[in-house]
Amino acid sequence: MDKENLSVWTSIPFWRRSAAWVTGFAVMLLIWLSFDTLGQISMGTDEDLKNGITKRVPGPTVINYEIDYKMSEKRGSEVPVIGKKELFFGKEWSEQEAADLLHLGKLTSQAKNCMNCHTLLGNGGYYAPDLTKAWLDPAWREGGPLQGMTGKDTKEEAMAEFLMHPSQYPTHARMMPDLGITAEEAKGLVAFLKHMSSIDTNGFPRNFSKTVEQFTAGGTNAR
Amino acid sequence: MLASIKSNHLQSESKKLGMMYFRVAIVLFGAQLLMGLIAAIQFIMPGFLFEIFDFSVARMVHINALVVWMLYAMLGAVYYMIPDETGMETVGVGLGKLAFWVLTVAVTIVVLVYIFVQVGSGSESTIWLINEGREYLEAPRWADIGIVVVVLVFYWNVFTTFMKGQKTGIMTVMVANLMALAGLYLAGMFYTDNISMDQFWWWWVIHLWVEATWEVFVGTLAAYALIKIINAKREIVEMWLWIEVLMLFGSGILGLGHHYFWIGTPEYWWEIGALFSALEPVPLVAMFVHVLYDWGKEQGIAEQEGHKNVMRNGPAMAWIVANAFGNFLGAGVWGFFHTLPQVNIYTHGTQFTAAHGHLAFFGAYATILIGMMYLGLQGAYGIKTLKATFKSKMGIVLIISGVLGMTVALTIAGYEQVLVERAELGAGWNAFFAAQELPWYVQAQTWRAIMGVVTFVGFIYLVWDLLTIGKQARLAQQAEA
Repeated sequence: MDKENLSVWTSIPFWRRSAAWVTGFAVMLLIWLSFDTLGQISMGTDEDLKNGITKRVPGPTVINYEIDYKMSEKRGSEVPVIGKKELFFGKEWSEQEAADLLHLGKLTSQAKNCMNCHTLLGNGGYYAPDLTKAWLDPAWREGGPLQGMTGKDTKEEAMAEFLMHPSQYPTHARMMPDLGITAEEAKGLVAFLKHMSSIDTNGFPRNFSKTVEQFTAGGTNAR
Repeated sequence: MLASIKSNHLQSESKKLGMMYFRVAIVLFGAQLLMGLIAAIQFIMPGFLFEIFDFSVARMVHINALVVWMLYAMLGAVYYMIPDETGMETVGVGLGKLAFWVLTVAVTIVVLVYIFVQVGSGSESTIWLINEGREYLEAPRWADIGIVVVVLVFYWNVFTTFMKGQKTGIMTVMVANLMALAGLYLAGMFYTDNISMDQFWWWWVIHLWVEATWEVFVGTLAAYALIKIINAKREIVEMWLWIEVLMLFGSGILGLGHHYFWIGTPEYWWEIGALFSALEPVPLVAMFVHVLYDWGKEQGIAEQEGHKNVMRNGPAMAWIVANAFGNFLGAGVWGFFHTLPQVNIYTHGTQFTAAHGHLAFFGAYATILIGMMYLGLQGAYGIKTLKATFKSKMGIVLIISGVLGMTVALTIAGYEQVLVERAELGAGWNAFFAAQELPWYVQAQTWRAIMGVVTFVGFIYLVWDLLTIGKQARLAQQAEA
């Protein structure tokens, strides 16, 4: 520890230098990887979607397309699959309109503090369901219990109706409170959810919502 | 603690400022626990305060009060240790006091807005004025900017005092680490429509705080406290500190990758995150060994020299030992449980995370910061040897039992949720509720609420002790003399 040090293992300068080098190396590697990652998670464009270029985070006009979540043999997990065009709230959204709607939806998700009950991409509170792939939840599909409950004809209208008046549609004893979400904000939120479901999350959540119906119906799953 | 305002034996203004920070910290700690109790009750009685004071609000104040009381106690601890470490009064302590009042007024306004306004419309003005809606970083943008200004004042005080005074190893690490800690906050101060980008930078703040810079901060506090409490040899604690910095930053910085498994970021983070975060417990074991080894060694030396006890502050040392073990158990073991992507794909965003969060924040940070408050009281009352009272013991035993109990309950709830909701049913809306309504899950949440009450009773003992221990010890000391 002092000048007549017997071993490098008890030398403060040795450990100080080592700490500086290791920290410096870790920071450099983190910055290098971050640059690569930021490139990979920057939002795609309408052109990418039209040309079938797969982006980890597609552009806002992904709301004009069908989205599925399918097992990829190659990757060993489910990946979002962008399909053919479909109407969203009864229309096709231009690049600017879709971007504005997503902007409103993302802002609303923060303004209403969604993340302190729900999880988004798995991060947030654990009091309410994860919303990463909520758009793909079979319960919101035609014939599904959540769509049926609202009496609406499409998935997006059902979700928007629920978001505007959640405590009118209790699904369980634990309910979502009325947060004063307007019709426009609700549309934005549904666009935000649809966009989020198209993000390539490396297979999270796994085996999304496949067996709930079988589980709640009871009996055996052997078929 | 309040009485220390009147009878203050501290000569240093910087130390007095440290005590001011401690006082607000303990109030915010109480607010955190109250909000936690409300949220815990809502898990078992969902109608409780529904559409009046919803879970989202209770939890937001719960986690914000947590972060803010810890930052207050950290600022307090730094102002308290500066005169001892640098050998001089903090430069610009008057400005530091002004910053303290500005921060305290701002925090009060932010909390009142959280509680009474709660949410706003989907517009930029909500992000600027009401809340930012990003877990842990909910503070509206105006407050973010205020925090940056206050932290700049604080950092300027620390840095200039360091440059003028003695440059100990402890202060060198403190000054370098605080720069990183303060600078990282900027990574959380922008808005983007891209949720993946949003969470990428959000984790720079959250992870690089709690799994890197805050941990190094704890290492520096422990080093300072060991010198003060058991007269540990400075060369030894400072060598340990550099080893801790090496291991904490060596594992913690790239350990950030374990938050990049599922947010849209590329697959290579699986390997990077798994490898480095799996190493994160190693320094925590080392810190534990270090504290106990030094204690034993110094006690041995003292006995050899014919002194009975090396301990100068019983309650502070008890909390620091709790920190050494709690950090390893809460951050290390509970973190490692679910850090590998093969497990995390199922456990991500479940009660498992909550279990880890509770024990890690408590074990790694709350414990040592409470220890620093006892150290501050010892100085404020001019006590030579501060001994634990019945209330100190009740406080530490009940709080530790309560938090451990909550952690075990949440871990059991987590197992249930992971296996039923995630593995069996695949994480949809109804899958979530199917798991939440299972009797074992409800039972676990009930135990969590009971253990929350135990923690709160412990907190009452702690506050009672902090308010009275100094005066009692002072009177006893005068009687002896």
